[in-house]
Amino acid sequence: MDNATRQIVSILVNNQPGVLSRIAGLFSRRGYNIDGLTVCATEDERWSRMTITVNASPATVKQIVAQLEKQEDVVKVMDFDVRKVVTRELLLIKVAVGGAKRSEIVDLCTLFGAKAIDVTADSMILELTGSTDKVDSFVKTLGVYDISEMARTGGAALERGADALATTVEK
Amino acid sequence: MLLNGADILIHCLEEQGVRNIFGYPGASILSVYDALANSSIRHVLAAHEQGACFAAEGYARRSGRAGVVLATSGPGATNLVTGLADAYMDSVPLVAITGNVPLSKLGHDSFQEVDIFDVSMPVTKYGIIVKSANEIAPAIRRAFALAESGRKGPVLVDVPSDIFDHSAEYEPVQPARPLPLPPSEEEVRAAAELLNKSERPLLYAGGGVTQAGAEDKLMQLARKLNAPVVTSYMGIGCCPPGYERFLGVLSDINPKATEAVSECDLFVTVGARFNSRYNAFNTLRKRKIPLLQIDSDRAEIDKNLLTTAAVVGDAALSLEALLPLAEEKEAQDWAYLAMPDLGEENRGTRIIRALTRELGDVTVTTDVGLHQEWTAHNAVIRTPRRFLTSGGLGAMGFGMGAAIGAHFASGDVCLVVTGDGSFNMNFNELTTAVKHHVPLVVAVLNNNALGMIRKLQTARRSKGGVNALYLDVDYAALARAMGARGVTVTEEEDPEEAVKRALDGPLPVVIDFKLPINTGI
Repeated sequence: MDNATRQIVSILVNNQPGVLSRIAGLFSRRGYNIDGLTVCATEDERWSRMTITVNASPATVKQIVAQLEKQEDVVKVMDFDVRKVVTRELLLIKVAVGGAKRSEIVDLCTLFGAKAIDVTADSMILELTGSTDKVDSFVKTLGVYDISEMARTGGAALERGADALATTVEK
Repeated sequence: MLLNGADILIHCLEEQGVRNIFGYPGASILSVYDALANSSIRHVLAAHEQGACFAAEGYARRSGRAGVVLATSGPGATNLVTGLADAYMDSVPLVAITGNVPLSKLGHDSFQEVDIFDVSMPVTKYGIIVKSANEIAPAIRRAFALAESGRKGPVLVDVPSDIFDHSAEYEPVQPARPLPLPPSEEEVRAAAELLNKSERPLLYAGGGVTQAGAEDKLMQLARKLNAPVVTSYMGIGCCPPGYERFLGVLSDINPKATEAVSECDLFVTVGARFNSRYNAFNTLRKRKIPLLQIDSDRAEIDKNLLTTAAVVGDAALSLEALLPLAEEKEAQDWAYLAMPDLGEENRGTRIIRALTRELGDVTVTTDVGLHQEWTAHNAVIRTPRRFLTSGGLGAMGFGMGAAIGAHFASGDVCLVVTGDGSFNMNFNELTTAVKHHVPLVVAVLNNNALGMIRKLQTARRSKGGVNALYLDVDYAALARAMGARGVTVTEEEDPEEAVKRALDGPLPVVIDFKLPINTGI
């Protein structure tokens, strides 16, 4: 797609069954690709927050927002310029290393700000929180070792500054 | 007062002013049928849930209020899906109520269990699963409010059968009628500016005009601008045929309308979306003709074609706001005016004109195929809500159910124009028409083949002929077998005289018009 950029769409939705399916269905049906999706509870129990990362042109993002806004269960939609939000992903990665190589991994962890959270004689589980790019590059760097498995969350995003999504909802 | 769930449901329908509903019983919804027996609501039993759903749609399309369809769980519910998709595509207000297996049996692949909530999700505006008798009244009220507000559409309410037998408190509520969406002043001003800058605007009217009852305002604007008017299938009837700059339905078989689009310097679309079917829309894009779009759904703006200016709001309120700001225009010369009438002309089109002339102010429904195009271009329709067709989905088999529903909404005599292919899909609903004394005239334009498929295959130079039915069904005899009148009109008979002869007698009638196999191909 031409002039596609990474965009983050944050949505407050009614916290009830079927909503995730409806929103995910909307994306697949209309051919919008989801790069990342995170759903979580919010400070208000009526609502859940969905953070969706898409790689799309500005025109497509406008369409996505318009389609989301007309959903009955969508309370509020914001599409964020990536420069105006902080986003974080969580990575858990298991590497099959032991002995002398362990100190190399520990050095890498220091460089990236990762933590070793489980260590056995021949394996380590590392935890890293960071931007998508940072997590990508950590995984790439560990690629020379034997990665057994990894689990990675989608992005969680908040707008910089004092504004909040929920405060813009008409009560 | 304390009532059981089924009675609450029926009371809520009565609150909404529902007089007729369409459906088909089954084990999971029998409690509702018991409650119906003691109510003011007439239930029209269809031959098939799909027919019932199309009937509810016909009711809604003719009346403007939400149609209601009832079905049981599993196959009853899945048989509604085509009708729901049809209503979704054409923005028709519909409330579908399905029974499901008892709450404790949900999710166990019980007998006749289908997760219709999920199945229907992409083809409904909204869906609700009711999990207690207390939730029935709010769910039904919300379903009507959603179906009938903004861009209208179908809403599904799925109720596990034991909920109908549980009791809950019920208090009647006077339903608030949804308010039409007003446009923003800023958008109207920008639209007026664009309109006043143009010299040769052309108006394209769709179903949004009908839904909003905006046809008078549309025509006021057209006259003020001296603008030609074309309609979509959904907009047929918005512009009276007597308007001297009316160009009929925009489609590839309407060369005058297609030419007019290429000549305009502003294309104004009111309550119509841009489908994928017509070359005229490619012309708009290729020639970069400015586009002004008025629609109640913001998501329609810039979806398929980029607009120059847009007004998001109810068509009637938007046109009303635009009218005083729009400056009068002189009549322009358009090249299309000098074009000869090149519209498709064949035995089928002559029959359709003869039928609508003879029947006068009828409601016309169609199925899908060549006859749908012929009817859209040849039936004389003077007012909105009198031409009911499956516009977006193109669902064969729509016409029979839709006509039955339209009759219950209006008392009208209804003309169903169909082909042998489409009629084969849902002629079972003739039994519904006979049983309920529905005055239908069913014109089967019978070329004993799937005409549109044959036309497409000819265009593709397909070899082979998996296109024809060649069953040579005697539809007049079939009609008589179901208790209706049946008339056969041979290929040789004069259409005008044959129509007069065929209509002379009681209704419903099925007229089997034999056509040469290659008619219109």
